Amino acid sequence: MSLRIGIDIGSTTVKVVVLDDYNRLLFRSYERHFSKTRERAVQTLYGVADMLRGRQVKLVITGSAGLGVAKAAGLDFVQEVYATAAAVNTYIPDTDAVIELGGEDAKIIFFGGALEERMNGTCAGGTGAFIDQMATLMNVTVDELDALSLQHEKIYPIASRCGVFAKSDIQPILNQGGRKEDVAASIFQAVVDQTVAGLTQGRELKGKIVFLGGPLHFLMGLRERFVKTLKLDGEHAVFPEDGDCFAAMGAALCSGDYDSIDFDQALSRLESSVDSTTLMDTMPALFDNREEYDAFVARHNASAPPREDVGDYAGDAFLGIDAGSTTTKMALVTGDGSLLYTYYHSNQGNPVAIVLEQLKEIYRLCEDRVRIKGAAVTGYGEDLIKNAFSCDLGLVETVAHYKAAAHFDPDVDFIIDIGGQDMKCFKVRNGAVDSILLNEACSSGCGSFIETFARALGYSIADFAKLGLFAKHPVDLGSRCTVFMNSSVKQAQKDGASVEDISAGLSASIVKNAVYKVIRAANADDLGRHIVVQGGTFYNDAVLRAFERELGRNVTRPAIAGIMGAFGAALAARDLGLERSALLDGQALEHFAHTAKPASCGLCTNHCALTVNTFDGGRRFISGNRCSRPLGTQKEDSPDLMTYKYQKLRAMEGKGTGDGSRGRMGIPFGLNMYENLPFWYAFFTKLNFQVVLSAPSSRKLYLKGQRTIPSDTVCYPAKLLHGHVEDLVEQSVDAVWYPCMSYNNDEGIGDDHYNCPVVAYYPELLAVNVPALKKVRFLNPYVGLWRRDDFEKRIVKYMREQFRIPARETAAAVRAAYDSYEAYLADVRDTGKAYIEQARAEGKSILVVCGRPYHIDPEINHGINDLMTSFGFAVVTEDALSHLEGYAPRRVLNQWTFQSRMYNAARYVCSQPDMQAVQLVSFGCGSDAITTDEMRDILEGGGKLYTQLKIDDISNLGAVKIRIRSLMAAIEARKER
Amino acid sequence: MAQLIYDETGRLLFTREMKEEYTILMPQMLPVHFGMFRQLLELEGYKVDQLNNTGRAVIDEGLKYVHNDTCYPALLVIGQMIDAVKHGGYDPHKVALFITQTGGGCRASNYIHLLRKALGKAGLSFVPVISVNASGLEKNPGFELSPTLLFKLMCAIAYGDLIMDAANQIRPYEMTQGQTDQLVERWSRRLAEEFQQGKGLAGHRMSANFQQICRDFAAVPTRGEPKVRVGIVGEIYVKFSALGNNRLERFLLEEGAEPVVPGLMDFILYSVHARITDVRLYGGSRLGAALCSAFIAYAEGLQKKMGAAMKRAGLRPCGTFSNLRRGVGGYLSEGNKMGEGWLLTAEMLELIRSGTPNIVCTQPFGCLPNHIAGKGMLRKLKDDFPTSNIVAIDYDPGATKINQENRIKLMLANARELDKKRESNLLQTGEPALAK
Repeated sequence: MSLRIGIDIGSTTVKVVVLDDYNRLLFRSYERHFSKTRERAVQTLYGVADMLRGRQVKLVITGSAGLGVAKAAGLDFVQEVYATAAAVNTYIPDTDAVIELGGEDAKIIFFGGALEERMNGTCAGGTGAFIDQMATLMNVTVDELDALSLQHEKIYPIASRCGVFAKSDIQPILNQGGRKEDVAASIFQAVVDQTVAGLTQGRELKGKIVFLGGPLHFLMGLRERFVKTLKLDGEHAVFPEDGDCFAAMGAALCSGDYDSIDFDQALSRLESSVDSTTLMDTMPALFDNREEYDAFVARHNASAPPREDVGDYAGDAFLGIDAGSTTTKMALVTGDGSLLYTYYHSNQGNPVAIVLEQLKEIYRLCEDRVRIKGAAVTGYGEDLIKNAFSCDLGLVETVAHYKAAAHFDPDVDFIIDIGGQDMKCFKVRNGAVDSILLNEACSSGCGSFIETFARALGYSIADFAKLGLFAKHPVDLGSRCTVFMNSSVKQAQKDGASVEDISAGLSASIVKNAVYKVIRAANADDLGRHIVVQGGTFYNDAVLRAFERELGRNVTRPAIAGIMGAFGAALAARDLGLERSALLDGQALEHFAHTAKPASCGLCTNHCALTVNTFDGGRRFISGNRCSRPLGTQKEDSPDLMTYKYQKLRAMEGKGTGDGSRGRMGIPFGLNMYENLPFWYAFFTKLNFQVVLSAPSSRKLYLKGQRTIPSDTVCYPAKLLHGHVEDLVEQSVDAVWYPCMSYNNDEGIGDDHYNCPVVAYYPELLAVNVPALKKVRFLNPYVGLWRRDDFEKRIVKYMREQFRIPARETAAAVRAAYDSYEAYLADVRDTGKAYIEQARAEGKSILVVCGRPYHIDPEINHGINDLMTSFGFAVVTEDALSHLEGYAPRRVLNQWTFQSRMYNAARYVCSQPDMQAVQLVSFGCGSDAITTDEMRDILEGGGKLYTQLKIDDISNLGAVKIRIRSLMAAIEARKER
Repeated sequence: MAQLIYDETGRLLFTREMKEEYTILMPQMLPVHFGMFRQLLELEGYKVDQLNNTGRAVIDEGLKYVHNDTCYPALLVIGQMIDAVKHGGYDPHKVALFITQTGGGCRASNYIHLLRKALGKAGLSFVPVISVNASGLEKNPGFELSPTLLFKLMCAIAYGDLIMDAANQIRPYEMTQGQTDQLVERWSRRLAEEFQQGKGLAGHRMSANFQQICRDFAAVPTRGEPKVRVGIVGEIYVKFSALGNNRLERFLLEEGAEPVVPGLMDFILYSVHARITDVRLYGGSRLGAALCSAFIAYAEGLQKKMGAAMKRAGLRPCGTFSNLRRGVGGYLSEGNKMGEGWLLTAEMLELIRSGTPNIVCTQPFGCLPNHIAGKGMLRKLKDDFPTSNIVAIDYDPGATKINQENRIKLMLANARELDKKRESNLLQTGEPALAK
């Protein structure tokens, strides 16, 4: 029999194995290919040529990047999951399930019973590549990350959906001083949660489980998290010795079905095959020649601030610190804005140490000649740095950037800042920041995104960026988030794109992402005439060039583009006009010490993950909190209709006025029940049922139902329902009531009165996906409450069939239900009115939070209302105001009741000088893809600011804080005008 | 030159003068069906062009003018239209756009509004948009969907479904490559000629055509063993449109599979049937419901004739709408009517039960109704039919072909494995037994 060769070409590695007749490994290798897939495979085969030369072999290729290679070379191919299953069947035949993580794929194979094989969808990225990215972010190698994770003390909840989300979770933990060990383990836990949640989809992972693929082979910390989470013992968790090469081994096993080939012939076919480059979409080169590039550089270098030599300058100076998410920037300026000292460096996960070192350096340089009369800090790490070093002022990034940009171009009307993690764009109107656009968690692919790619391909960021400048045919990679980009790059590699073309393509996609996804501009005029670009990412000439190309106009990139935040902060410190700065002096710095300890706040259901920072002399700074309670002060007592409504609804359980004799009726406390509960509570208690609500939403409740979620891209509020119904089953209710509702109530303010498809039909999804519901009577009939008489007829019949309730009794309950619902609506409106009056009496600004009724769930909004009241706002909701406006035609089809309320509330806000609206959007909400643009149009058309807060299962409020503080700054600026 | 006239809400109307002067651009979804639609419309005196522009430019225009989180079909259809108006060689002041307007709880009902918003952003707000709907939503003086025209269009759908189904059954096996497509071409032309003469749109002539179509396709010389059959279901646009699904049918053919694509008629009947269900669930006019029932009964009569003709010619007969309805019990209620709703699950069940357990369930990324009717039902389908082999594929401007193809390849590998097992386990004759 001929020897069998299996080659697995994955997204990052090439695995080659040779098997003998007894399925024993004669050879194996596992190597990174740095996107040179075919070359790497050929090289490895040359390494074993002595063994194989002149022999007949069977050779089969597998793997996500293997298809193109196999096609081009005319060699046989098998799909990798299929190959893996073959290998497991051969080597570990009594396996119940396989979990395999690859560079970019996650797979689960279930054996026993029906064979099921699952791969992650296009969205659920984050696996090996995700771990690589996270390591880059923490500035450690993957091996170091692994070692760190084994020393963990606690696990932070990190979004387990996609890499980008997790990134925006991890960054703030690091910036607020969280331990790297804990973060490392939390990253692995996120991978575990994602795999389990995304791929099991209702089928239980039990029995003997085999773990395969590179990451699970090499990373002990990741293994540990899997074993702990799945509660496996040594016998049931199998990590085979060659687990990293199983797909290649499977390919070799499958090769039995194919014809033999002479080894040398196979090798030469592989070697001489040329990947076709015709299929790709390409773009014109960024620069046609060197001269063009030089002119470009010269033009941009012209805008630079003057510099003073700190070595001989004497006089006042002002310090600005921008503690960004991945980098720390500092600027020391003179009174007229000349630069004395600048600093730009990766913060390496510990901004405090960096700032400490730099302050010492600055004091050394300044000697006694320079007096620092003000220090201001901005950026993600603002609170931490401000407290650590006792800075005079903390300011929100947007304001800092505007201050800096206006220094260079007083007429600036548009600023775009792309940093390591975030993208900020804002328009400037009448000398004030207006219309702020931040990238959503989904499209965070900014500076660190290119950096990660550069590393993955084996380059430094600077070299990588330069490569793209003169690329002949930049690849068009589209404009999606990092995860999608990974697959686009994979495809381009498959199609034979050069590294140069990919580099240029990535720069262009960053720009497209900014222009079309974040700014949502259709042309350059949507932005402005005087555009200032800044942020570290614009140091990359390729990105800058792509941006000018895309807009078709020249922009200003100050020579200090990377430190504009710090520069602006320094100017703000100057404008404070202080006599002396409170900044720690040189002496204090000598004794400076800093420790950070994680803690969990138990003062309310938010359970904020706190970090307690202790500085020298016992000064403490607590971060991660939403309200001021853990700091020992009382919660701000501002009117908050979200909390009011939540408490009112939560109280609707028990027997009410009835005797509960008909049994316990469970109602899941989620989605539209936040609107319809008053109705059903009255209905069922009147019929002498005892109403049992599911427990308040929490992360724990979510995890309880997580494994039965079939679609990982549905919104978080819907996902929570799985936990809610499981909880009701655990409470041993007699039945669960959760009707389907295509239609909502008709409030006469829209073109129609639908619910969104998810709200309307989620009960049917639960019925067939949550096994626990088989243990209980799950009642999910279709009801339409807006036609009262028809509803009554149908529900009377239904209750007679289900519970033999006489018609008259049900009819009375229907009356009670409508009365109760009307009363609830009226109460919300009256209370809203009272709160508005109270706010006006106290001189508070009013924020109208526009969302869905279920957005008042603290687990869904993560305590956003607490954050708002802590900033001194009064909070009311859309349903308290929507009745104050009538029907008006909209430019979109206004067909969902809940969404119609938002339009009306926004219109009302436009008529009230002391109100601003904030729109809450759940990630993955399809209907809000329609409403957001319309809300923006209504609000901006009415002279208001548009602020959108995107929320998901991530509980970090960093981006939310920036938006709310920017909104506050804009309100202030408008007041001053 | 036709004047721009607006209605009281400020909507630009398509006027009678425009009917004379303008070319109406129509998106592409199903080449056979839409080709006949175009011809029928031209018989009514409209100048109609079908859009066949594809490629990156279409997606880029879509990304530029449509909110990126909106579903992919909206992005493609609008991108295709704007690309055509701008770069298709038309005088932008002499074109109008056709778009269907459904009206239902799904985002898709918003396409027409998103298209107008996009035109505005692109500086093309002078281009009139014509709503194609059968529910009296938006009206235009220059365009009327009369009952007769609607009836004709329905006949075209029947023909289209039959030709598509027959061609799909023959194409993978044809001896001479391209012969099936030539036959499709020939029949499309022939039917157009008949329509022009007012023939072929009812009664005996239609039945005779059904028979002849089936005989003609069955007569194409074929060869080879039966191939793995793969059903394509999903959101209506990405299910049918090659632009939407990265040429899925072509890919399956190249992989040596036989694509099975349930037709368009069922979707139309499903939409009509929703009105009957609404009356049952929530109350309302029974007269309207009765009219809908009559319409469905007529269309089903056509489906039965088609099925009989296929059977007689030795082709696998198509099913009927009632079959689909009967099948879906225990999964979804007929009240589930947004997007493809219960129909999507019903089509998967029908495919599995009729011996096509391998299915690609296509959907735009983040498609709301398909969270429930698509992905949401896969668990139960697998439990009830352990040999069913369904892969859900998301389509999106950023989703790459390689990712999609790799997953489809896995499904195909499983399908072949299952076939092998069935062959070795099954010695009895007849259709292989599936669970249930």
